[in-house]
Amino acid sequence: MSDNKAALSAFREEVSAWMSENVPSDPGFLLPLTFLEVGTEQQLDFLREWQHTLWSAGYLGMHWPSEYGGQGADPAYQYIVDKELAKHNAPIIFNTIGLNWVGPLLLDMGTDEEKAKYIKNILSGEEIWCQGFSEPDHGSDLGAVQTRAVRDGDDYVVNGSKIWTTLGNYADHMILLARTNPNTERKYDGLSFFLSPMKIDGVEAHPIRKVTGEYGFNQTFFTDAKIPASCLMGEEGGGWMVAMKTLEYERGVTAGQASGYWGVTIQVDDMIEELSKLEHDGEPLLSDPVVRDDLVGFIMEAKALSLTGRRTGIPALTSDYPMGLALSVKYRGTEYERRMKQYTASKQGAQSALYVGDADAVSGGFWQRAYFSNFGATIGGGTTQVQANIVAEHVLGLPK
Amino acid sequence: MLLDVARGFVRDQAPIDAVRAQLETDTGFDAATWQAMVEMGWGGIALPDTVGGAGMGVGSAVPVFEALGGGLLGTPLLSTTLAGQLIWRAAGESAAEWLGRLCSGSVGTIAYLDHADWGGANLGVELGADGTLTGGKSFVADASVADCFAVLASEGGEPVLALVERNAIDDNALTENVLIDLTKRAANVDFTGVTPAQVFRGDAVAAALRDTLLLGALLTAAETTGAAGKCLNSITEYLKTRKQFGKLIGSYQALKHPTVDIYVGMENARSFVYHGATVVGDEALDQDAEVACRMAKVAADEVMVFAGDRSVQFHGGFGFTWECDSTLFIRRAQWAQQMYGGAIHHRKRLASLLLDS
Repeated sequence: MSDNKAALSAFREEVSAWMSENVPSDPGFLLPLTFLEVGTEQQLDFLREWQHTLWSAGYLGMHWPSEYGGQGADPAYQYIVDKELAKHNAPIIFNTIGLNWVGPLLLDMGTDEEKAKYIKNILSGEEIWCQGFSEPDHGSDLGAVQTRAVRDGDDYVVNGSKIWTTLGNYADHMILLARTNPNTERKYDGLSFFLSPMKIDGVEAHPIRKVTGEYGFNQTFFTDAKIPASCLMGEEGGGWMVAMKTLEYERGVTAGQASGYWGVTIQVDDMIEELSKLEHDGEPLLSDPVVRDDLVGFIMEAKALSLTGRRTGIPALTSDYPMGLALSVKYRGTEYERRMKQYTASKQGAQSALYVGDADAVSGGFWQRAYFSNFGATIGGGTTQVQANIVAEHVLGLPK
Repeated sequence: MLLDVARGFVRDQAPIDAVRAQLETDTGFDAATWQAMVEMGWGGIALPDTVGGAGMGVGSAVPVFEALGGGLLGTPLLSTTLAGQLIWRAAGESAAEWLGRLCSGSVGTIAYLDHADWGGANLGVELGADGTLTGGKSFVADASVADCFAVLASEGGEPVLALVERNAIDDNALTENVLIDLTKRAANVDFTGVTPAQVFRGDAVAAALRDTLLLGALLTAAETTGAAGKCLNSITEYLKTRKQFGKLIGSYQALKHPTVDIYVGMENARSFVYHGATVVGDEALDQDAEVACRMAKVAADEVMVFAGDRSVQFHGGFGFTWECDSTLFIRRAQWAQQMYGGAIHHRKRLASLLLDS
């Protein structure tokens, strides 16, 4: 045990030294806060090169099998890398849908052929993945998706439209949930799951501008797009189960992600540091008793998240509701972050009204942008309200 | 593990009917149940083995109190455990005889509050030159059954710990409080004219008091967290069985989502109390331990007040009745939220600990 501890500690030092040398300095243009806001070719090229550098050094997907480009190491090693990335303020690792959702899914349920074909290129950044689940009329009610895939010889012909397709305009592949049978008794049984190519005729991704002012997601249109039948993952009609497994990885319910560093890490200490520079009524903001009490609340929420995360791994301390902590992690974490960022953005006096681009904005408008960006986390992957339903129904056993 | 053992005990010995049977008795608990707890060694669970305790550290009491809270089981264990901590921390093995008695079934309690302020000096009882006490204490838990009173007193302005035997106190010096939580008992006690059996002086007294107040917050938080878990069960059971407008009421999000918030708050409180259990020990409490105890109390109070309140509301007209266990939960919440300082008391101190260093 102590040998292992010593090995991890030595590894942390090695990684830290590597990052001091290799984390790229400020490129001179705005980088996205999360993988959801990669909006320009310039950002894409920069982040792709950075991911490739990290992977080439052996620091990405460390716990994935070495035959597919990983290192076959204990997950603790990747965890250390992720922590060090945050500590060194590194640019984000952007190919998140591939690294954290598709990769673990393929390692879990994919065929050997699928693993060999896709996984290494996910890690190296050579192939970008996007997700085609939500549709303009079906978001939270995912089981009702209507995009049609009709078998035609060796192909499926796809028609319909997907939305909120993060990285869709750059992606090489999409995990696509489409309806292969519109006449099943249960709506879920008509769905199939595809590892679909994006750079083919009949597929067009149109960028959508966000509340932050940035781009990053798209509406993707399929018009008689022909995808090979070999892209079907699992059985025709068995797509819902695969999609639900994907969401477990997306929501952090199940472990196996290649890197947790998909967005700039913003912690309660960052908030306090920022607020400590500000004044209110001619006094330091942090001397205001109301603000102090609010901050105790935020610090406690952050502490509860970290303590509860540690407890999740101890079955004897979670026996009342065995899946409860994992199933509620998105509900707890993303809402806390949204409120924390909004709070910091709102305590800057008149500067609260400034946004990215104004020379006088506090930290360049970082908190305002981070607050808006955070809706990607409280809405994407199942809204907070849907998460509350999931906890109510699957943890507490309340009726639908 | 201890949590399972303690939960098993509570399940077997204290079903809710047995708890209800004690609501309006003088002592508030069943003597045989208390005896069974003593026989399991719980009287000394937080004390070192050198004085007859379990020697597992004070943190080991946390799962026991969580389990007792889960059954709303009122016994003098909290009073006895904390009196043991105060005496041990102030006097060490020079009080071995007293501590040995607590380990083997005597009930101990702390006489701390002069009136109502957990954050006050509470030095209103004077130890005079003639060796007798003058003044009274409020809200002395389990006073009517206590054998040993650990009284915070002042001697020339300095805090001292006076140990008083029950037989040194006149019966009519006790005035029973009408507590909001009927599973608990407390009284005002007039110590005027009483001669303590032993007095402990010096810096150790103030340090012991400070640590014991923090441990009181932690152990009350553990008990409260257990109660919140039980309250959550009671709410979810009702939401799964009660129908209105042809539907189970648990299907309505207006009830479902706040219930999820109770669940999340309860799990957070558990994380805080378990963390607290790992950072407190027999030695003086450091700053991490202080922060942990205070956070545990805040988290437990906040979720229990919310859970008790929503439990009454979500049970509708039935929730508003004596017969419904929501009555017990909302009363427990109101009792617990002040014990060893409420959220405002601890949050104010946390602000200094977390923001001024």
